[in-house]
Amino acid sequence: MSALRSERVDPNAPLLGVEHLTMRFGGLVAIDDVSFDAEDKKITAIIGPNGAGKTTVFNCLTGFYKPTVGRLTLNHPRKGPYLLERMEGYQIPQKAAVARTFQNIRLFSQMSVLENLIVAQHNKLMEASAFTFAGLFGLPRYRHAEAEAVELARYWLNRVGLEDRADWDAGNLPYGDQRRLEIARSMCTEPVLLCLDEPAAGLNPRESADLNRLLTFIRDEHNIGLLLIEHDMSVVMEISDHIVVLDYGRKISDGNPDEVRNDPAVIRAYLGEEEDEELPPEVAEDLASDKSDKR
Amino acid sequence: MSTTGASMSDTAARPLDLPAVVKECGLTALVMFALAVGMVAFYTEDVPGGLEIATRFGAVVAVTLLGFFGRLAIVLLREGRPFPVLVVALPFTVLMLVALLSLNFFDAETAETLKNYLPVGDVVVNWIVVIMAGVFTLRAFWALRHTGASAKTVVDREKAMDNFAARVQRASRFIGPLLLGIAVVFPLLAFFPDSPFVPKVDRRLLDIAILVVTYVMLGWGLNIVVGLAGLLDLGYVAFYAVGAYSYALLATHYDLGFWVCLPFAGLMAATAGIILGFPVLRLRGDYLAIVTLGFGEMIRVILLNWYEFTNGPDGISGIPRPTFFGLPFSRSASDGGETFHGFFGLTYSPIDRIIFMYYVILALALITNLFTLRIRKLPIGRAWEALREDEIACRSLGMNPRNTKLTAFSIGAMFGGFAGSFFATRQGFISPESFTFVESAVILAVVVLGGFGSQIGVVLAAIILIGLPEFFRELQQYRMLAFGAAMVLIMIWRPSGLLAHREPTIRLWRERDGGPPEKTQAAEESA
Repeated sequence: MSALRSERVDPNAPLLGVEHLTMRFGGLVAIDDVSFDAEDKKITAIIGPNGAGKTTVFNCLTGFYKPTVGRLTLNHPRKGPYLLERMEGYQIPQKAAVARTFQNIRLFSQMSVLENLIVAQHNKLMEASAFTFAGLFGLPRYRHAEAEAVELARYWLNRVGLEDRADWDAGNLPYGDQRRLEIARSMCTEPVLLCLDEPAAGLNPRESADLNRLLTFIRDEHNIGLLLIEHDMSVVMEISDHIVVLDYGRKISDGNPDEVRNDPAVIRAYLGEEEDEELPPEVAEDLASDKSDKR
Repeated sequence: MSTTGASMSDTAARPLDLPAVVKECGLTALVMFALAVGMVAFYTEDVPGGLEIATRFGAVVAVTLLGFFGRLAIVLLREGRPFPVLVVALPFTVLMLVALLSLNFFDAETAETLKNYLPVGDVVVNWIVVIMAGVFTLRAFWALRHTGASAKTVVDREKAMDNFAARVQRASRFIGPLLLGIAVVFPLLAFFPDSPFVPKVDRRLLDIAILVVTYVMLGWGLNIVVGLAGLLDLGYVAFYAVGAYSYALLATHYDLGFWVCLPFAGLMAATAGIILGFPVLRLRGDYLAIVTLGFGEMIRVILLNWYEFTNGPDGISGIPRPTFFGLPFSRSASDGGETFHGFFGLTYSPIDRIIFMYYVILALALITNLFTLRIRKLPIGRAWEALREDEIACRSLGMNPRNTKLTAFSIGAMFGGFAGSFFATRQGFISPESFTFVESAVILAVVVLGGFGSQIGVVLAAIILIGLPEFFRELQQYRMLAFGAAMVLIMIWRPSGLLAHREPTIRLWRERDGGPPEKTQAAEESA
């Protein structure tokens, strides 16, 4: 591991630093030179129209894709920096403590709600069971670890209001509950950065208000950074501390909710623009260079 | 006929779409006809001077008509008109039953003439027809008694079956020990061959029991790979072969005993599992199945062709039998040592060894079972199941999918290896012929039929698939027909297997009548 991180813990570095991230799929440039930071104890939102490359950023961060270019640094508050782009997919949650949820929920639907949360604590429990040998003979060390794991699961079930349904099959839960269970499951991995891919998709207004409360609770009480992709502006504007706007794989705006809301580039990306309206000089330049590129 | 049916059954029945019904039944009859022309119409007959092709077109007509009317009965039952079905099927069943049973009371010649009046030439097939007609009769009768009760949908049936499986699983803490008790006691009955009070247990029955328990063990072993980890392994027999040859070669070359070789055989098989698993476990589903199938064949071909090492198609003979703490089960010990019967002062009986074998495989199978039950509740077991459900989610939780799959694969292989070395010691002779793909398919069939992940289901399936065909060897070719029919029926009736039901490995709330806790009760408890 020493190759992947240096030993020093820099208290001033941002929790997550994304520098010049570029991802190409053959000729398609999904993300083009995007840089941003996500702070500890803050909620950072990535927004943008469909196909802007938001989920691709997530997939790069959580090791599902290897970025073509760029550096992704996670500064673990206790263990020091990790270079995520060099790590195996499963090591990112395991070592660098980055957890994620999925746009289309990925629960273990035939397993019970509680089991979902126990599986999330796999690495911890594997160690406690001495890679199965201690567990096989029911040694007390493993039994304590399992009881602790159940307590952590119970805590999060209580948080997301699913304690009553702990023994249901996860697949039988209503949609909104599944969303919250997925968040609880990723929190059971005890992450320092939680990445949420459209957590409010398909939720009704009351459920998304609940979600806002849950996310701010996680930020304030568990002191971790949150990174979320979201289309629901009521969620984004209300709880985000910092917003990054992507369009066609590029970052077009970056700042706090108020700044982003009033940024003409953002308005243009979302609402479009009349043909004859005068373009801001830098955009006009961009367009011109795009055209010259194509030629 | 249809009008009577409509007036008799509930009035809500839809009007019968006669052309559609005729078309459906006609189509079935056509398929039956096409199949029968190919398979039934012509057969070869031994005549002096060679073979002659004989025909039986009567049977083709009978099969086609049976297909037509059988389908008609299904359609009528489906459309809520059981009365005409009952009217036709009941007399038909009774008539056929009487005819078939009366065959036994006539002398051979009369019976032969009578047989000509049966729909199909063969008695066994006639029995199948009777059973089908009987089923129709009962269903029609049931439908008449329960008019208004809507037919069960597939979902309802699935739910009912799952409930049943859940009940069996919950009852398995009684059924399990009961079955175990029977399994432990039953071979001892062989010691009372003449007592009128105990069922007759002879060598044949014991051999079948050993075979069934071997398959139960193999099924439980494969269940770790297929049922828990969800890795479809079509080459499981390869590990069985590795185990068998490990023991056979170690024993014949180095003069080692069964109990010393057993762990080695398991280790070898597990190693083979890792060697195979390492490159291929990134494949999923069908692709993995194909590669494992290929691996199974590779092992067999190696065993066949590496003559200097494995003795090729000649196989290895003279594999030593297991001993009871060093006491052999032979009439006289080879090197002047003590024998089992000599040591315990018993008279020599060849059945002692068979009974001992039975207990060995029973113990091995039980170890497999206890291991599986235990490991399901450990992190690694939960990880296997999670991996079966969603590999991507597992990766996002920091689980190493490759290592997790490898453990499942190698542990499953290890139990296959144990079973293999038992096979070698039981047979005393092994050759590559015993490790064909069919063997893998049968083991997989045991797991699928029993229900993925169901321990008791595997036992039931092994009895049905292995035990019954052995019992009914007299039925010759119909044995395999029944095997195929059973698999088709299961696929239609309950694709997830007879007793497939998953209980959570850990619960937050105490189990209350199998259901999840009521909200209020749970709130009270947590308060």
